Amino acid sequence: MTDPVVTPELVQKHGLTMEEFARIKAILGREPNYTELGIFSVMWSEHCSYKNTRPLLKGFPTKSPKILVGAGEENAGIIDIGDGLAIAFKIESHNHPSAVEPFQGAATGVGGIIRDIFTMGARPIASLNSLRFGELSNPDVRRLFGGVVAGIGHYGNCFGIPTVAGEVYFDKSYEGNPLVNAFCLGVLRHDQIIRGAAKGIGNPVFYVGPATGRDGLAGAAFASQDLTEESADQQRGAVQVGDPFMEKLVCEACLELLATDAVAGIQDMGAAGLTCSTCETAARGGTGIEIELSKVPPRAPNMTPYEILLSESQERMLIIVKKGREAEVQRIFDKWDLPWAQIGMVTDTGRMVVKHYGKIVADIPANKLANEAPVYHRDASEPKYLKSVRAFALAEVPDTKDPVANLETLLAWPTIASKNWVYRQYDHMVRNGTVVCPGSDAAVLRIKHDSLPPTIADSAHPQPAIRNLHVEKFVALTVDCNASYVYLDPYEGGKIAVAEAARNLACSGATPLGTTDNLNFGNPHNPEIFYQLRESVRGLAEACRAFNAPITGGNVSLYNQSPEGAIDPTPTVAMVGLIEKPEHVTTQWFKDEGDAILLLGDVVDRQDSLLGLGGSAYLKAIHGKKTGTPPRCDLEKETELHGALRSLIYSGEVKSAHDCSEGGLAVALAESCISRLIARDTPHLLGAQVDLSEVKELRLDALLFGETQSRIVISTAPINTTKVVERAKLLGIQAMRLGTVGGDSLHLKTAAGDFSWPVAELHDLWWNAIAGAMK
Amino acid sequence: MKAKIIITPKKAVLDPQGKTVQRALEHMGYQGVAAVHVGKYLEIELTGGDKDAARKQLDEACHRFLSNPVIEDYRLELE
Amino acid sequence: MNFAVLQFPASNCDQDAVHVLHHVLGHSARLLWHKEASLGNADAVVIPGGFSYGDYLRTGAVARFSPIMQAVQEFAMNGGPVLGICNGFQILCEAGLLPGALIRNRSLQFRCEHIFLKTVTTDSPFTNQIPADKLLRVPIAHGEGCYFANEATLAKLKANNQILWHYVNAQGETTEQANPNGSLENIAGICNHRRNVAGLMPHPERASEPLSGSSDGRLVFQSLIAWLERNAQAKAA
Repeated sequence: MTDPVVTPELVQKHGLTMEEFARIKAILGREPNYTELGIFSVMWSEHCSYKNTRPLLKGFPTKSPKILVGAGEENAGIIDIGDGLAIAFKIESHNHPSAVEPFQGAATGVGGIIRDIFTMGARPIASLNSLRFGELSNPDVRRLFGGVVAGIGHYGNCFGIPTVAGEVYFDKSYEGNPLVNAFCLGVLRHDQIIRGAAKGIGNPVFYVGPATGRDGLAGAAFASQDLTEESADQQRGAVQVGDPFMEKLVCEACLELLATDAVAGIQDMGAAGLTCSTCETAARGGTGIEIELSKVPPRAPNMTPYEILLSESQERMLIIVKKGREAEVQRIFDKWDLPWAQIGMVTDTGRMVVKHYGKIVADIPANKLANEAPVYHRDASEPKYLKSVRAFALAEVPDTKDPVANLETLLAWPTIASKNWVYRQYDHMVRNGTVVCPGSDAAVLRIKHDSLPPTIADSAHPQPAIRNLHVEKFVALTVDCNASYVYLDPYEGGKIAVAEAARNLACSGATPLGTTDNLNFGNPHNPEIFYQLRESVRGLAEACRAFNAPITGGNVSLYNQSPEGAIDPTPTVAMVGLIEKPEHVTTQWFKDEGDAILLLGDVVDRQDSLLGLGGSAYLKAIHGKKTGTPPRCDLEKETELHGALRSLIYSGEVKSAHDCSEGGLAVALAESCISRLIARDTPHLLGAQVDLSEVKELRLDALLFGETQSRIVISTAPINTTKVVERAKLLGIQAMRLGTVGGDSLHLKTAAGDFSWPVAELHDLWWNAIAGAMK
Repeated sequence: MKAKIIITPKKAVLDPQGKTVQRALEHMGYQGVAAVHVGKYLEIELTGGDKDAARKQLDEACHRFLSNPVIEDYRLELE
Repeated sequence: MNFAVLQFPASNCDQDAVHVLHHVLGHSARLLWHKEASLGNADAVVIPGGFSYGDYLRTGAVARFSPIMQAVQEFAMNGGPVLGICNGFQILCEAGLLPGALIRNRSLQFRCEHIFLKTVTTDSPFTNQIPADKLLRVPIAHGEGCYFANEATLAKLKANNQILWHYVNAQGETTEQANPNGSLENIAGICNHRRNVAGLMPHPERASEPLSGSSDGRLVFQSLIAWLERNAQAKAA
């Protein structure tokens, strides 16, 4: 079988422009052959090279004294959490594959991000995910939603990692373009950090994991195209199939191997498979690498070099072993019954040389391939739709006549409704470290002795020793993005995505440590889309700086659009924070009858002409409008608020804390009443008697459902109330007594009248909404 | 030689998959579906040509391992 | 006491069991790789939860043929206590050490949530420390937890008082709604005729410390420890 001739048509089919082709020729000093063309096409795809977004990403804050491995250096960033311990985390997307095959697309997305974590030497201990779909009334959306959730559950549960938090949004703009962003966090000691660099001339290169098949061929290039019916059909073969059982074995085997100190470098084979791992490790090491493809275990017969190099078969790792230590690899991988093969070695040529039965089929300078993809500075122009967005005024919408029905509608609105239908399909308790399970503002994990990877001491004995960890750590995690805000005001929306994440962490008692972002946007060649990208990154960067939560790494997913249009710009933000003591762990639900309910922050931003209703869930769900300038986020005010809340939490005075976001104050109050779960079918409901009658001259809908930023509902024991209000004021925060926990209903007294809901009814609407839609 | 093994849930055992598939077929408008049972199909490629020996071996494998006699029945075909 | 916690490829709850037995309850607990032939000086064996062998073919079907299971069979035949949790319960049923089988949840979905257990009898090494009327709040996390046994087997289980736990609601009632997976008569856990081997689908090791949200599960391990200590004393006497 001979390779096709490289023609301009073939170059275009590979997603490369003629200028890029010329650049390749200049690098090689000749024309690339078919295999080399394939290699460049995946390495220089948007997914692998970020060629359209690199200039923007430079704007992110990426440094802090706690950062041990920063953004862009390796597969995941690593942050110090004290006492010699560190966490590695990152978020990544698998959007296009999930649109085509939701179960496997989502499953392999989870698998991919888990590998990015253990390839750094960390033990993966928790997963999160951020999911977006079209409207649930559409049967195709239900199919995608069900498939994605089942796929995530299947992979995470079998691997044995708890999926502890997430978000799910439903909006028409995601119809046909679902978003699946998967996050993973791992733990390790500082001295266990391992890099993905091919160090040590003459060191052998090992391939470990299952055989290589034709899965996901050119998946990275597939991700870098608009999704049309034609591209979906062609790519049906491109969706990879994951095996979480295999991944668990590979993970344990790799961690065991790393403990022996026999490894010089390690990298997972993810997007662009063997190609990417080979050239990136060489580029990072400043070395060259030579591999012989006939040594790569094949799953299908007659695979060509092109196919072997570009395959995205899952659960494979590339390991650079210290010369002389090969026996360790063999011993450990045989113990776990995993395939392994010595496929090459590290050279000093600086080139990636690929042979097939001794014949050279690719010979490319590694550093130029990995790091010298072209960089594009795309044009940005303010989208025309923003004009009408900004023109929207509240006068166009009458005040609510039926707030009782409105709150019921909002609580049953899928984006706000309880996500228990989703997370009860995820094992969220495996590894015995989940202190706060899904259902509160942020998840909280306990890092204990068995959260860590094995050490050298362990590996010397056939039985792993029982380690003692003298200091346990508590880490909070959340993932957020209100994409409607970003659509309506990219810069402010970007800021708010980060602010909301930080607020959720503060509500759990945590201080932010770092952030990882997944930028999901449409086609960057469209200047309006590029404007959305540029502006939201600007907002994200400013907010990350304000909260001292630098970006440690992340992912960009572009071309999320179909003939119907682009998705809402969705810069998903996942943030991790540290809770100093277990006593500080705070949850969002009211605790006891008689507790006082307080609002920290301004009840409404009177400077906002839309009074917090711009871009609100209320406007969408009740009036069917996605318009209006979203509320402003004053980052200084927000940081002061979080600091004040933490200070109150540290002094033991806060019994619950829940931030106001979608649906505003009424939804936050309702959720505080109804979201506590004891066991199956056994919620612990508490009513609330709330008096807002002092708030005058404010539309009722704005008061109840406006989404003014920087507001948190807390509850305290009655004896602490006055103290808390005074402390808040000293710290410069507005604090208003709203009412008292108790009774069977949520009762709101306002200047416009009294409104009441039995909490049992609110709970049932909220709890069963999604299960009902999925029947 | 190829062995084809069909494994089905015993009649007495709850088969929620079967019931779900049946309901879905009915919703789609297919008439006359009395029952659906969802099982497993295994294909085993064998070396050698002694059919009787192979059958004896596979029957034992089915009893011990490939099927669970508490909840499953199996049918073995050799070709 | 010395506990052996078996470790199969993709056992995921092995470390959780060791954590509770050793770090919380203060006894010696070690992981025992499935290829080992001997249980060493183990006083009791725990088969933890997870997805051994990916649940391929049937859950527990492959694990039960692992080399270590031979030693477990002998240990059980000699009266040694064996506790199977979740996947461990599935493995014990496949191995014939417990009657019946676990099949797919009635909902066809994986279910992870806290449930209530009622202890049916305190006459066993696994339940002797549980106050008779106390409901245990313990999590489940499984896709194949529906317990099945034919009529004859069920009759024997009842006649010999082998049902250890039922799924119940907060009021202690054995209702269909309280049954998270469709298990026959809400059976959550059983023991063998000799009462030295037990299996349950819920995870007591995930409810053994206040930080886990519930400490009720600890009573199962404490029962086992109490039984072992009583036996050791009886032997010494």
